[in-house]
Amino acid sequence: MEHLQININDFDDELSPFDGIDHTLTWKDEPLLKVRRLNKKYGSGCMLCESEHGMSEKVNRCPNCATVWAMRNVSFDLYPGEILGIVGESGSGKSTLVKSLYFDEVVDQGEAYLQAYEKQDTNIFELSNQQKRFVRNHLMGMVYQNPLLGLRMNVSSSGNIAEKLLAADHRHVGFMRARASELLNQVEIPISRMDEAPKRFSGGMQQRVQISKALANRPPLLLLDEVTTGLDLSVQAKVLDLIRRLQRQLGVAMLVVSHDLGVIRMLADRTMVMRNGRVIEQGMTDQILEDPQHAYTQLLVHSLL
Amino acid sequence: MAYVTVTGGQTAIQEAEKYVKYMRIGQAETILDLNAVQGQLRLLIDKVMSEGGLYAPDEAALALKQSEGDVMEAAFLLRAYRSTLPRTHVTSTIEPDDMRVIRRISSSFRELPGGQMLGPTVDYTHRLLRFSLRKESTSDVQEFLEQYLPNIAPAHTVTSMPKVVELLREQGMMEAKLADVDEEPFDITRERISYPAPRSARMQMLARGETGAMCALAYSSMRGYGIVHPTIGELRVGYVSMYVPHPFAPEDPDRALYIGEMLVTEVESINNFKQSNEGKPVMVLGYGLTIGQNELKAISMAILERSLDTVGTSPAQDEEFVLTHIDCVESSGFVSHLKMPHYVTFQSEIDRISQSQAHYDSKDKTSSIAKDAVTEGAMEHV
Amino acid sequence: MFEQNYNFAFLDEASKREIRRATLKAIAIPGYQVPFASRELPIGRGWGTGGLQLTLSLVGKEDVLKVIDQGSDDSVNAVSIRRLVEDTTGIRTTESTEEASIIQTRHRTPDHPLRNDQIMVYQVPKPEPLRDVEPSETATARMHGEMDYSPMWLALYENIVKYGNMARGADYPVMINKRYLMAPSPIPRWDNPKFHYAGFLSLFGAGREKKIYAIPPFTHVESLHFDDYPFEIENFDGASCIDCGSANGFLQVIPAKGGTWIHRCSDTAFCLARRNASLKNAEVQA
Repeated sequence: MEHLQININDFDDELSPFDGIDHTLTWKDEPLLKVRRLNKKYGSGCMLCESEHGMSEKVNRCPNCATVWAMRNVSFDLYPGEILGIVGESGSGKSTLVKSLYFDEVVDQGEAYLQAYEKQDTNIFELSNQQKRFVRNHLMGMVYQNPLLGLRMNVSSSGNIAEKLLAADHRHVGFMRARASELLNQVEIPISRMDEAPKRFSGGMQQRVQISKALANRPPLLLLDEVTTGLDLSVQAKVLDLIRRLQRQLGVAMLVVSHDLGVIRMLADRTMVMRNGRVIEQGMTDQILEDPQHAYTQLLVHSLL
Repeated sequence: MAYVTVTGGQTAIQEAEKYVKYMRIGQAETILDLNAVQGQLRLLIDKVMSEGGLYAPDEAALALKQSEGDVMEAAFLLRAYRSTLPRTHVTSTIEPDDMRVIRRISSSFRELPGGQMLGPTVDYTHRLLRFSLRKESTSDVQEFLEQYLPNIAPAHTVTSMPKVVELLREQGMMEAKLADVDEEPFDITRERISYPAPRSARMQMLARGETGAMCALAYSSMRGYGIVHPTIGELRVGYVSMYVPHPFAPEDPDRALYIGEMLVTEVESINNFKQSNEGKPVMVLGYGLTIGQNELKAISMAILERSLDTVGTSPAQDEEFVLTHIDCVESSGFVSHLKMPHYVTFQSEIDRISQSQAHYDSKDKTSSIAKDAVTEGAMEHV
Repeated sequence: MFEQNYNFAFLDEASKREIRRATLKAIAIPGYQVPFASRELPIGRGWGTGGLQLTLSLVGKEDVLKVIDQGSDDSVNAVSIRRLVEDTTGIRTTESTEEASIIQTRHRTPDHPLRNDQIMVYQVPKPEPLRDVEPSETATARMHGEMDYSPMWLALYENIVKYGNMARGADYPVMINKRYLMAPSPIPRWDNPKFHYAGFLSLFGAGREKKIYAIPPFTHVESLHFDDYPFEIENFDGASCIDCGSANGFLQVIPAKGGTWIHRCSDTAFCLARRNASLKNAEVQA
């Protein structure tokens, strides 16, 4: 494979085609992502649950029409380079939230604006399918709990990364292999294994390949959905370390979804608590963990400690 | 001038045609009579017509004779013939409820209004080769007819029997009938089907599908690659009347013109209430209808029709998979096209394999160089 | 052959018109696969019914038809199709590339240069270039709509990693007008460059899959390639035709005893013209 070993430094930036991202923007003080009043329901809805205070926050299923509300008026801001933790028990709507932002789920109502996108004043949910693919490929990376959703298990690891680069119109095999080596190096996958398919890797390695794939086009935003759930404790710690290190190196903003307060404590600058599809509390992670205001958050924190 | 010309192919084809003709009739003592084919190979004729999508017993017999009994080839001949026929009229919707029934069974109820009627079936005949048929003569047939015909009641066929599923509907156990859709049905012979297909297109594809392929897929669903394993509410075989709307009064059903009748097999299967989508659990209908008497195909159709409305990952639940692979003309055409020359594509393949083999050989020698520069560290097996 | 009077060119006029409408749409959207209601024809599905329907819908009494298979006029399949058109239209057929107004072909584009007033009709077994990477028709329709071709590129990338080259023989995918990915039918890679800004019209018919598509004259046609892995045509290592001595046409190889190969032109009309020309030369000189 000697002919395929090329150093990333052989390629200057001109090799990258226009990526649609305005890198000259300094939006440090502006939120990178603005999310406003996202709603997602399963069912028809009725007079009772559609009205603003019609349904108690203690339930997500309407007692009248049995509609399940997966997200209810979810709003928040995410700043560049920030890690926002989203915590809640299963069924709280936290996974639905990140999947909706990655367009895996369709929201019923709501808006989201991406500062890094050239159409920053357009609600990303109203983009065409082609534009949505652009946003998925250039501006966001997603790491799923289940690596089967994020990886092609029968395609080589470098090919998995190349898939993202190809979607961004890269057409130079040498460059793509160099970039793949760089990324796999960052997540500590030995380069001798870059042409092996992820199906031959352990769960932790698969998650790391997923992370490198998500970072392929240097997106300003990474979405992580329960990435360490199901891994051994020691492996969990290593993956979390890696995420933290990458965040410092690359300055990428992250939305970290987890039911595990330990994960949130380790990673998140700020934390948002969700229950029954609603955001019930948000603030600095230390404050949420040390001095929770909402009764439910108190229960959650105390059950852990 | 001694110019070079090419003529081999033309001659070869002509010789092949002669050889086929010789194989078909060269060693025959008696020439196959089309009346005999049509009269005595009834189920074969029915199959050819149903898969050919054309109710034409005379042409089906001819196609079978011409194709030396190859069913797929015969169905194909009918289809090709059909492409050349202009369509002058469209019949009114046929009413299987008013069928002149010659056979009707239900495996759901032992007794039912109208009764069970075994009709022409070999289901309960022992599968023993009947050597006496070798010497069957016209006088034997005469003798049989003289005994048989006077003893059967004139009403050995019955019209208008209530449908079993209707009885269940009256009990509230069966899903409601689909509302009549007042729109032009899709026509698979005039438009290319795309997926998801309209119901009318799906039913046409199934009605024209190949018996063996449909049977295999239906069987797969029953065995567990899928969830449909029905009870036969009713299987009926009989003649349906065909009408063409009167050209001057197309809206008036009473003035429609009777043009003849056609033998069909209809199956209504009853499926588990767990397949009903939402609301009150009810039993769900599966429907099959085919030209002629072809019970295996009609049952398979009822299973597949139902199966395509269920959600799952089995082949029999995948509309595109089922409908694109059951057509005999298409499947047999594509599989047999492999017999055509592929010299050019094969040549292109040879060119590629030489290159890839060279790459493989060089890779072996340099595999040690491909060792990575990165520390194969502690996280390798994480 | 025909015992009955069929319509001119076998199909009824309404069917021919429908096919021509689909053809016009295909020309208007280069590389886009237009669905059409493919008819059953007297030849097998998968044996050129798509190309034949195009030809039958196009021919007029003045047309001169040439039919080739694998580059040869005399291949049994070409003969059979030519005979069907002759029998149902009575039009003139030819083996000469120059004389023909319509050329129906399977797996080759003639090596003799084509004029702008000639129409190529290709028989297509698998019109969907994405079928290898995506079995579902619904999904490939979406991918074309959104120009989402990265799975195809990924397949090429994986081949390079594994085999050191794109590892695709015939039917090598092309981008038409920088918009639609298209299967050029199983022609050798050798024939792909002939499409680029060609003056002639190329029509593609897939009977079993019921699709028609086209490359109108003077269209940008690019075979898929990477910046550092160029598209390559077949390489014959300088071999030439054993009959006419040409090294400029696509050659077919014939295994000979002792592990060697004999080469012969795949385009028989091209080879014949060269041989007859040299015979004529010899005669003149004598």
